[in-house]
Amino acid sequence: MIGNERLAVRKTYKLYLGGAFPRSESGRTYEVTDSKGAFLANAARASRKDARDAVVAARAAFAGWSGATAYNRGQVLYRVAEVMEGRHAQFCEEVAAGEGLSTGKARAAVDAAIDRWVWYAGWTDKLAAVLGSANPVAGPYFDFSLPEPTGVVAVLAPQRSSLLGLVSVLAPVLASGNTAVVVTSKARPLPAVTLGEVLATSDVPGGVVNLLTGDAAELGSWLAEHDDVDAIDLTGAPPGRAMEFEREAAGSIKRVLRPPAEEPDWAGDPGLTRMRAFLETKTVWHPKGF
Amino acid sequence: MSSVFEYAPAPESRSIVDIAPSYGLFIDGEFVDGTGEAMKTVNPATEEVLSEIAVGTDADVDRAVKAARRAFSRVWGPMRPADRGKYLFRIARLLQERAREFAVLESLDNGKPIRESRDVDVPLAAAHFFYHAGWADKLEHAGLGPAPRPLGVAGQVIPWNFPLLMLAWKIAPALATGNTVVLKPAETTPLTALLFAEVCRQADLPPGVVNIVTGAGDTGRAVVEHDDVDKVAFTGSTEVGRSIARAVAGTRKKLTLELGGKAANIVFDDAPIDQAVEGIVQGIFFNQGHVCCAGSRLLVQENVHDEVVAALQRRIGTLRVGDPLDKNTDIGAINSAEQLARIRELSDIGEAEGATRWQPACDLPDRGFWFPPTVFTDVSAAHRIARDEVFGPVLSVLTFRTPDEAVAKANNTTYGLSAGIWSEKGSRILAIADKLRAGVVWANTFNQFDPTSPFGGYKQSGYGREGGRHGLASYLASEDGQ
Repeated sequence: MIGNERLAVRKTYKLYLGGAFPRSESGRTYEVTDSKGAFLANAARASRKDARDAVVAARAAFAGWSGATAYNRGQVLYRVAEVMEGRHAQFCEEVAAGEGLSTGKARAAVDAAIDRWVWYAGWTDKLAAVLGSANPVAGPYFDFSLPEPTGVVAVLAPQRSSLLGLVSVLAPVLASGNTAVVVTSKARPLPAVTLGEVLATSDVPGGVVNLLTGDAAELGSWLAEHDDVDAIDLTGAPPGRAMEFEREAAGSIKRVLRPPAEEPDWAGDPGLTRMRAFLETKTVWHPKGF
Repeated sequence: MSSVFEYAPAPESRSIVDIAPSYGLFIDGEFVDGTGEAMKTVNPATEEVLSEIAVGTDADVDRAVKAARRAFSRVWGPMRPADRGKYLFRIARLLQERAREFAVLESLDNGKPIRESRDVDVPLAAAHFFYHAGWADKLEHAGLGPAPRPLGVAGQVIPWNFPLLMLAWKIAPALATGNTVVLKPAETTPLTALLFAEVCRQADLPPGVVNIVTGAGDTGRAVVEHDDVDKVAFTGSTEVGRSIARAVAGTRKKLTLELGGKAANIVFDDAPIDQAVEGIVQGIFFNQGHVCCAGSRLLVQENVHDEVVAALQRRIGTLRVGDPLDKNTDIGAINSAEQLARIRELSDIGEAEGATRWQPACDLPDRGFWFPPTVFTDVSAAHRIARDEVFGPVLSVLTFRTPDEAVAKANNTTYGLSAGIWSEKGSRILAIADKLRAGVVWANTFNQFDPTSPFGGYKQSGYGREGGRHGLASYLASEDGQ
């Protein structure tokens, strides 16, 4: 370079898997462009093997994450929001470029995403009280039901809303104690890559969240069929493929969250549906007696 | 049999039931002919044909769904919730009033001991209607949003192991939440469902609210696949559950599945052995082991293995196998020739794979379908009798040394319906219960059921809950309309 202009240090975009940032084992990358088609970055294009590695990492992390106290999980998730806040400007830039939003609208989306994360962080230690019950059975037993996480949840993240949508589908999976394998928006993966960096530098144990940049059309079937995936969220399934993925998920009796007809307005009240979808209910009968 | 006491026969009279030579389908409040070729239902204890049963075809199922849809939109949906509740209270009372009739009919058609149909199946079925009747006008307090809405028409397919009770688990919550029903009873046990249809008429339940379409697998498939069904509820095998999940994929139908199990019953060395033995027997021999949540894998702490197995064999030697209508019978008939063949096959495989089979000396009747209570020792986790659901009176005994090993072995299954823990130490019970991946955990008891208590599986034992506040969610639209 000639003159005094500084040569930019470009970032290499990789997967976030088991707490590390590997390239795709396939060596594949793809071009990410902004909403007008200008080059933004090369992202890793995850393969079937990457998806399987991610499931292994998510399974390994499940016992620790689901076994942590609800208070601890809440604090860990809140810490994520704190670190996101520090990356606010970067998120705004990526959301604006990828989604073609004005600065103001991008900022609003990032604000909402961080606030959404905080909202879910506060749920960890309330779910059992709100969704559990003491059951007045006709016998000498203390009978109670508690929500427990389903296990490893595969998430096909929304294709359009690259940060607010992503947070809206990922945070409920984590707040309810599950671990996640996420396939990010194919065309707009950069906020997800940055979120991976946020997660890696907060207190979320490696493997609890695994982010695969790439194509849900390619990876969806592997995750839907995988016997060690307990549930799948089809929100970001490519048009026309959700039925096929749901059918494949039936082989291992997966819990399936069907996609809405159209990607919703993520700014709306999330309710409990997304947490309920990935919670089991355990009922324990404990005897009473002298 | 015990040499100490001899029992005189004490049969319950079957004169209280009046079985018609043939039955039609119950659609829109009337019994109508089915268009399929009729099937026979037999008494599995004698192989006597009890009645001819209509078989519903696609066209019959379509008629039933149309009737249910009409009833939903014109009568049951618009009805005051309190009135819906009052119909359910009526049904509960009628089940109690006709309890003996239902119990005898259930034992005749299913083969289960009258002691169980009389003391468990029928009272619990009535209790389910009574419990859900009260919910009908209180749904806004169930924690499922301010104005929960019914789904519409529920298509329900139930198994043969608890014919009336499974009907109650399905119909009571569906009606209480404002849905209407098309129910297909199991092929081999349709009679109590048809008697229930009569109860619906006695209660003046509006036509079309409950429709009973008898038949086999094809009829069930027609119910599940009908386009105008909004909700599918199935209890049965994991294999059929998979095909149902495939069939409803891509539709709007809400699905709940209650499937197979291979429950661990964990006995620690500090457990009161005699009490545990009673629980083990109750866990695996209740209802001939035809129980999805049966405690079919006994995990015994190694240092008490010999003591527990000896006490168990002594106790099993006193069980009385025979006439289901005899009030002293502990173990009745296997429900069908087909099921008996499966139990025999898996037991033979158990022996072939190296496990040791033990059965008490017991005389089995000449006719009918029978299998003696059976215990396998020297079972390893890889044996098929430790992995596959036998759905019969067959117990596999494995051992463990530490609590961690017990948990690992208990969870080493694709199923996750239920589990049992036997220990005198409350803190240990709760810690182990936390780690078991199963929907129902019984501590120092087994096979307890209650309408207030949510029941259902983890993993490949299915999804959704039946009973309690949680069970209502299976029949209501969730807050965002899904």
